[in-house]
Amino acid sequence: MAMIAVDTLNLSFGEGAAANQVLHDVSFDVAEGEAFGLVGESGSGKTTVLRCLAGQYTHWSGRLTINGEALGRTLDKARCRKLQMVFQDPYGSLHPRHTVETALAEPLAIHGISDASRRIDAILIKVGLPTSFRYRYPHQLSGGQRQRVAIARALILEPRILLLDEPTSALDVSVQAEILNLLAELREREGLTYLLVTHDLGVVAHLCERVAVMQQGRIVDLVDSAGLAGAAPEHPYTRMLVEASRHYSREMAEHGAADLNAVATV
Amino acid sequence: MNQDKHLLQVEDLRVSFKSGGSLVDAVRGVSFNLGREKLAIVGESGSGKSTVGRALLRLHPQSARISATHMRFGDIDLLACPERAMQDIRGRRISMIMQDPKYSLNPVMRVGEQIAEAYLAHHKVSKREAEQRTLAMLEAVRIREPLRVARMYPHEVSGGMGQRIMIAMMLITEPEIVIADEPTSALDVSVRLQVLATLDDLVSQRGLGLIFISHDLNLVRSFCDRVLVMYAGRVVEAIAAADLDKAQHPYTQGLLAALPSVDQRRPRLPVLQRDQAWLTA
Amino acid sequence: MMNATMTMNAPKVANDNGAPQSSLQALRQNVAQGLRKLLRNPLSCAGLVVILALLLVAAAAPWVATHNPLTQDLYNTLKAPSAEHWFGTDEYGRDIFSRLVYGSRVTLYIISLVTIIVGPVGLAVGVVSGYFGGWVDTVFMRVTDIFVSFPGLVLALAFVAALGPGLDHAVIAIALTAWPPIARLARAETLSLRRADYIVAVQLQGASSLRILLRHVTPMCLSSVVVRLTMNMAGIILTAAGLGFLGLGAQPPIPEWGAMISAGRRYMLECWWLVAMPGAAIMLVSLAFNLFGDGMRDVLDPRSE
Repeated sequence: MAMIAVDTLNLSFGEGAAANQVLHDVSFDVAEGEAFGLVGESGSGKTTVLRCLAGQYTHWSGRLTINGEALGRTLDKARCRKLQMVFQDPYGSLHPRHTVETALAEPLAIHGISDASRRIDAILIKVGLPTSFRYRYPHQLSGGQRQRVAIARALILEPRILLLDEPTSALDVSVQAEILNLLAELREREGLTYLLVTHDLGVVAHLCERVAVMQQGRIVDLVDSAGLAGAAPEHPYTRMLVEASRHYSREMAEHGAADLNAVATV
Repeated sequence: MNQDKHLLQVEDLRVSFKSGGSLVDAVRGVSFNLGREKLAIVGESGSGKSTVGRALLRLHPQSARISATHMRFGDIDLLACPERAMQDIRGRRISMIMQDPKYSLNPVMRVGEQIAEAYLAHHKVSKREAEQRTLAMLEAVRIREPLRVARMYPHEVSGGMGQRIMIAMMLITEPEIVIADEPTSALDVSVRLQVLATLDDLVSQRGLGLIFISHDLNLVRSFCDRVLVMYAGRVVEAIAAADLDKAQHPYTQGLLAALPSVDQRRPRLPVLQRDQAWLTA
Repeated sequence: MMNATMTMNAPKVANDNGAPQSSLQALRQNVAQGLRKLLRNPLSCAGLVVILALLLVAAAAPWVATHNPLTQDLYNTLKAPSAEHWFGTDEYGRDIFSRLVYGSRVTLYIISLVTIIVGPVGLAVGVVSGYFGGWVDTVFMRVTDIFVSFPGLVLALAFVAALGPGLDHAVIAIALTAWPPIARLARAETLSLRRADYIVAVQLQGASSLRILLRHVTPMCLSSVVVRLTMNMAGIILTAAGLGFLGLGAQPPIPEWGAMISAGRRYMLECWWLVAMPGAAIMLVSLAFNLFGDGMRDVLDPRSE
């Protein structure tokens, strides 16, 4: 049984003539303990899927299932124990006026979990931060450190699923490597299920086993990460993304434009 | 590499900023020469790469301390240049393309007017002629309906088109050097290629010198001719782009190794171990 | 070799020396930093000095004043400033300096009472409005619009006319007109941070709306609201003075600065000190609050962080 099952997810904003459909019949499954990637460019709808799962958008149609249980429209406390999210911008995902300790103690207080101090220490160690960081404010932390705190905050409620919205896009290359290693390690150790959204194919190839490629609100391709390398992927859009991630070339720029025009109508 | 006299000669550039009472060294002794080539300055945040770009055009506030053994643009000493003369150089002989057209284009002016204004600021011609040149420039950056696009406002154009408009605006005055500060970082991958192709064509057709500032090592190794790697305000490596695989400095090697790649999947990415010695090397 | 987990990214980030070891220390460091920033601005320092002087004078009024402010001395009416009466005497022979000193208490009473009412009410309305949107927002904002569409002094007049003149009624009247701008400000701030990632994160943790409003939204609005309140204080003083001038605020013989100006009008041309002294006091204190508020904005503005 799939840990996450998304079935014909549709979402539109606006009414009538101004209606803008951002998701068209999106369907995919994520097995337990799997890391699944959603890649696409801006406007592809990949982040929107994540936000539907996180309960931010409530007017979607279709079926969302977590571990066999269907998700309702509104966000309830039970869902918070099952899945959590790590956001893209480490500078915006922590409350500027709260210390690390406050940020980590809050979810525990909301769910009435005792023994907060010990749990906070434990989770900080787990994400590779010294426990003395408890008393720091976000502006006293570097980008990588903030992202670790964000991961700690997501994991302190011990969810089974982690939704990752471009977790390393705003980080330097060297810091990105550390965070990716941390995420891989945590998944192995805790048996977590990841749904990773990114535009960076390198990141998704590193962390995920399977990848869905989205374009303009639709899933256009679904491949194994291993299939991205070597033999060129079959779908032209996927192929374009892979080649662009490798390097720049004049020929590719010309062909790329042609390919794009070809798939734009898909 | 290039037999022409160097367009730009920088030796021992140092830039410091006042921050909360103390002096922070952002750039600590950077030297390089620029010919008619595509030179990349690569580094992570805080390395000082953008500071170098802005220092060349003297765009920093008065409180910043800029010094160098020399900073020469042809015959002109950019350090000693008075502000009036710098205004002649900025946008006319040395241009700068910035990262996000959302923020670098004036939101209340039509795009065509902005490009024409860039030209009129430095050349005394009639408005009609400026408009003609604007349309010609828009065609040069591969915008298909220049007349229609020229009448648009910045919020009506997509990211890639906005960046091409920025390029048009910065190249209409036919500068000799273009400084591009992360010009494609805010763009999608598919659009990025096309914008880079446009830039590539213009730079080679007109024989310009291009300084390409970026954090994306993978991108510059295939786009640029030479690469300068910066760390903590210094250049730690200056190497031809094609030779990046044979980089000498451990920082460059570490950066290259830490990039996750589609082709080379590893269970664990090698983490960059920073050496204190790099700060003083 | 540095520990890879404690990477220092750039010169502009966390200093490990002086890292706080407890939450109290963290708070203290923050406050100390804020104070240092405030004191670096000479104008806001000047404002702060005047405000502290005001507080001191009000607290130590019995010792600072040279005479009893209420004692009349009909043999010494309308005397010019002299060694005995530093600011001269009014038409009943009362010492003006002492009346100013005791009047500072009245001024402070008005300012603090109005701020205590207006701050929380404006914040609450603005934050709730901005966060929930929809019909809640519409209702609250229309109510705010109604209050805002009356000129402040006129509305205050109407209330005082209905309730009867007096210091407390004047305070209520001023408070009723001073809260809408605070509400609008809090609402604007809330709207801008409603979609921030840290708000979404805590929603995803299952926090109730009350918790989010109290612990996440309000602290972010607090800065601009505090600055606005501080700058408002000047306006409150002037409105109170205006009411006092019209005889609707503090009633005689209470030495309220505005009332003193009003009473001194009649003799203004010959006895300038009757009007100039209270007027100067009002101007000085209003200016001080404005300058201080400006300095506070530099310290508290979250955008600078």
